[in-house]
Amino acid sequence: MGLAKAKVPFSGTPEQEKQLLEVIAEKKGEKGALMPILQKAQEIYGYLPIEVQTIISNETGIPLEKIYGVVTFYAQFSLNPKGKYKISVCLGTACYVKGAGDIYDKLQEKLGIAGGECTADGKFSLEACRCIGACGLAPVLTVNEDVFGRLTADDVDDILAKYAD
Amino acid sequence: MENLTVKVNGVEVSVPKGTTVLEAAHIAGIEIPTLCYMKEINEIGACRICITEVNEGRGFRLVAGCVYPCTDGMEIRTNTPNVIDSRRKTLELILSTHERKCLSCVRSGNCELQTLANELGVEMEDNYDGETNKYEIDDSAAHMYRDNNKCILCRRCVAVCEKTQGIGVIGANERGFKTFIGSAFDMGLGDTSCVSCGQCIAVCPTGAIAEKDYTTEVLAAIADPEKHVIVQTAPAVRAALGECFDMPIGTNVEGKMVTALRLLGFDKVFDTDFAADLTIMEESTEFINRVKNGGKLPLITSCSPGWIKYCEHYFPDMIDNLSSCKSPQQMFGATAKTFYAEKMGIDPKNIVMVSIMPCTAKKFEIGRDDQNAAGVPDVDFALTTRELGRMIKRAGINFTALNDGKFDEPLGISTGAAVIFGATGGVMEAALRTAVHTLTGADVVDFPEVRGTEGIKEATYKVGDLDVKVAVASGLSNANELLTKVQNGEADYHFIEIMGCPGGCVNGGGQPQQPATVRNFTDLRAERAKALYDQDAAMPVRKSHENPAVKAVYDEFFGEPGSHKAHEILHTSYVKRTINK
Repeated sequence: MGLAKAKVPFSGTPEQEKQLLEVIAEKKGEKGALMPILQKAQEIYGYLPIEVQTIISNETGIPLEKIYGVVTFYAQFSLNPKGKYKISVCLGTACYVKGAGDIYDKLQEKLGIAGGECTADGKFSLEACRCIGACGLAPVLTVNEDVFGRLTADDVDDILAKYAD
Repeated sequence: MENLTVKVNGVEVSVPKGTTVLEAAHIAGIEIPTLCYMKEINEIGACRICITEVNEGRGFRLVAGCVYPCTDGMEIRTNTPNVIDSRRKTLELILSTHERKCLSCVRSGNCELQTLANELGVEMEDNYDGETNKYEIDDSAAHMYRDNNKCILCRRCVAVCEKTQGIGVIGANERGFKTFIGSAFDMGLGDTSCVSCGQCIAVCPTGAIAEKDYTTEVLAAIADPEKHVIVQTAPAVRAALGECFDMPIGTNVEGKMVTALRLLGFDKVFDTDFAADLTIMEESTEFINRVKNGGKLPLITSCSPGWIKYCEHYFPDMIDNLSSCKSPQQMFGATAKTFYAEKMGIDPKNIVMVSIMPCTAKKFEIGRDDQNAAGVPDVDFALTTRELGRMIKRAGINFTALNDGKFDEPLGISTGAAVIFGATGGVMEAALRTAVHTLTGADVVDFPEVRGTEGIKEATYKVGDLDVKVAVASGLSNANELLTKVQNGEADYHFIEIMGCPGGCVNGGGQPQQPATVRNFTDLRAERAKALYDQDAAMPVRKSHENPAVKAVYDEFFGEPGSHKAHEILHTSYVKRTINK
């Protein structure tokens, strides 16, 4: 089946909700309002969990399934928050032929999450990206702004250990 | 209207402006196959099975015939090797991800995909074998399951749920190869605000969605000597069951149905129509009381469990407007397990009440709270018309050759007012026949303003000193439109009939499926309803209050309509629900 609910508990604030309601009030009734509302909502919350989509559904009258269908259709929308440490594994051609797939698999196994998800403690999120222009270092991954290159799957434990705090 | 001239395979036909290639071909005697297209329900031109060659002066090219409009002088070719080859390739690609378990599939024999594979001469069903998606079956809802392994993503179910019914609890999730039809956040259908109407099942071309089948359990009960197994049949079933046996749409098969049920071994074959008359007695009494005593108006009918659940989710502030009457199915079960059990000296626990319904929401209704007058469920099994068709076939009964049987007494006696319950406006008309008589003593049987398949109908009738304003809606988008007007104060009625399915129960989600090739050019609602109105017109007793069996049950058991005992047994309560959890 499709994507499960976010593993991280929702921690939206009243301020965020107020902002979202203002956006909805402004756009509601316009033709094609759903996309801009979703884009703004993702700016406000960083992602679009069921709690946020339910607010949008209740306020606009658009069925929740329709909203979910749009969110899962477009790659720009995320059902999961980004972690404190955002791990991106390059699956571009050069990295992929150098074994980035194994590294990506190892990270999913170690973190207990699938690509696109965030660990329940909010610490690590994992995603695949395309070429980041460091093919000479392939295979490459980034953790926030830090770049790690010439990796093997065995390096994964050491990298995660650097972000123990 | 302006006419266009087009040529279909060289034969000239004149068609009105706005006609599609598919419709022009139909006029010329050719059916263009469709999978996603179903008239007025899903017109998206997505599946490309209807591909047809047209020439508008610049040479022949392939277009989607289902939605492509004719232009004057257009040449249409429906049958060239190019067309057939294109359709066959498209079909083979669809089949490549379709779980081909045709031998055990519930739709085998009336599957639109299977028929098409046959007609197009698909020789290799595994021409494009490769990666496939595996889906778990969603059986979380009381009335149906979804098996996406058989889904071809035509989106008819999505369209009927969202547009016709205004609900939208199913849709396309993800994209590309990973696309599947489901509910938000992988919720099971049973966790959503699905109202169980089953219109999605009625339009599905394959076996991807179907009602939960209880025929095996029913046959086991019949075989159990300890059990007294009785059956009731809803009005609309007799107008459609014949379609399971290739009889013409709109054939009334009441007599054959009764004989078949007897051959299946039911101890008594009764008629929900009896309880429809009972409903009228209770509901017209409730209506008159509310009018006289300043009760909550408009009063809204409660026969349709799909509508009831819709009201609870989408108009929770209006549940006090709902009639407290149980639906005829439940009134029947409640009467059978109290009055009839007592009269026959049978422990209600040993009665198995089976109902045959044009409806899937009835499967949800039997499990509702406050539907157990005798301390046991009023109804034990609610089967669809389709399930009955299956049971009859399994038993080897030669349905079309059967003689006409008669319902058992006393719970098989009914009137013309009851049989029209199966069509939109029928409950209203039946109630008016009795209410007018009660209030004025007049005998009126025809209320033509509330007949017909229109989505919303309104009328005002002078009854004594009162101008009674009534409205009738069928299909839940229409119900929404009507009730929104009532809530906004733009409309004002005394009495409203609402049926969950467009056209009423004759077009219910439990009725035999007709393929798009039929539905695109036949109004099932009108054809089946005609069978019921014809029966009404031919019946000696056409008003519920004149039903002798209903009179007797009040004399012997309930006292009078609206009595304390009637309330305990024949009435129920509702709950407020939300759209999103």
